[in-house]
Amino acid sequence: MNIDAIKNGYVIDHIKVGNAMKIYDVLNLNELDCQVALITNAKSKKTKVKDIIKIAKLVDIDFDKIASIDSNVTINIVKNNKIIEKKKLELPRELINIYKCKNPRCITTIERGLDQIFVLTDKENNIYRCKYCETNLEK
Amino acid sequence: MVKRKTKNLIDINDLSIKEIDDLIKVANDIITNKEKYSKKCDGKILATLFFESSTRTRLSFESAMLRLGGNVLGFSEASSSSTTKGESLADTVTVVSGYSDIIAMRHPKEGAPVVATRNCSVPIINAGDGGHNHPTQTLTDLFTISREKGRLDNLTIGLCGDLKFGRTVHSLITAMSRYKNIKFILISPNELKLPEYIKKDVLDKNNISYIETNDIEEYLKDLDILYMTRVQKERFFNEADYIRLKDYYILNEEKLKKAKKDLCILHPLPRVNEIAIEVDNDKRACYFKQARYGVYIRMALILKLLEVK
Repeated sequence: MNIDAIKNGYVIDHIKVGNAMKIYDVLNLNELDCQVALITNAKSKKTKVKDIIKIAKLVDIDFDKIASIDSNVTINIVKNNKIIEKKKLELPRELINIYKCKNPRCITTIERGLDQIFVLTDKENNIYRCKYCETNLEK
Repeated sequence: MVKRKTKNLIDINDLSIKEIDDLIKVANDIITNKEKYSKKCDGKILATLFFESSTRTRLSFESAMLRLGGNVLGFSEASSSSTTKGESLADTVTVVSGYSDIIAMRHPKEGAPVVATRNCSVPIINAGDGGHNHPTQTLTDLFTISREKGRLDNLTIGLCGDLKFGRTVHSLITAMSRYKNIKFILISPNELKLPEYIKKDVLDKNNISYIETNDIEEYLKDLDILYMTRVQKERFFNEADYIRLKDYYILNEEKLKKAKKDLCILHPLPRVNEIAIEVDNDKRACYFKQARYGVYIRMALILKLLEVK
């Protein structure tokens, strides 16, 4: 399968198979007016298979959102047909207003003007907990 | 945001072991020398903000403040507060912190005390937030164990009933896991087992040994402490589940024949059917004493947070 190289934009590479769609959703890529390619089960030297996302425009991207799904990805930032930066991600200490707490007993379900904050409590296993009720984040 | 050094008590882990030891010392001294403490909080006001009704905890706090010579104000259910007019929790607490020197707050939503502390200029004590934390009950439990057993280490503790939603159980496990040679026997129906995150983050992390069972009699002979809990109707979304599980365990004298003579039976109260009335006359029943001790340890806590010497 051939997908054209992009002139300006992002190539989110080495995504764990199955995570591309989650990243697509969390970044709301369906709302973009540029070309977006989502490739699953692509060949990989390192992991045999991987997912890839290509975005053909240098739009603002919240990298914490990507890291919250898969911090092992590589993000190639492409400008004028050249990769100007290869970005590696780290798990953010806090995820602010990206996810909502699903605990129906959490104070965030009723209190106005409250940021939805999840705190990284287990880096090894990528576990975040609600800052308020300590419920594990379900992505 | 208001900046201040005053501590709050939101989670039992806000207190170090040394601070808990100090509170226990003060509470013991209060029992021995009640008169010495009777005017310590003269002129101070405790606000009891109970967005969820709880007669026992509220009265315990109010009794504690009154016994220290202070005054109390507050409300006992959300319908008596401005919440019904649509006021946010943060606003209510900010306003009340101008009327009082310390606040004890109970709220049905988990994490509410974290929100309350954001703009509050006086110390806040979490008097229970949903199924999450109830640190002053844990202080009461620790104080009772300390008084009845003379120690907080080298104990085998049975926890029985609702271990899933029972916040007193979660807080007690967290607190006791910091002491040496503690073993837990976790007795519950499958539907009300201790949440995985507590097993992983508290028990496994601290290498605490524990056994899970649904048989209350199996390990009764090994226990130093038996902590009974009520299956709480308010934690269930489905009434059928509550009805099915509410009488799963009933502790009676027949079962207690197998237990140690110096077993200490605790219960955060209110009790429904899980401890038969006949057990009340057993000298191992400590739950009413436990409720009394709760006032003294809350007195010690109020003194600490108000920095009254």
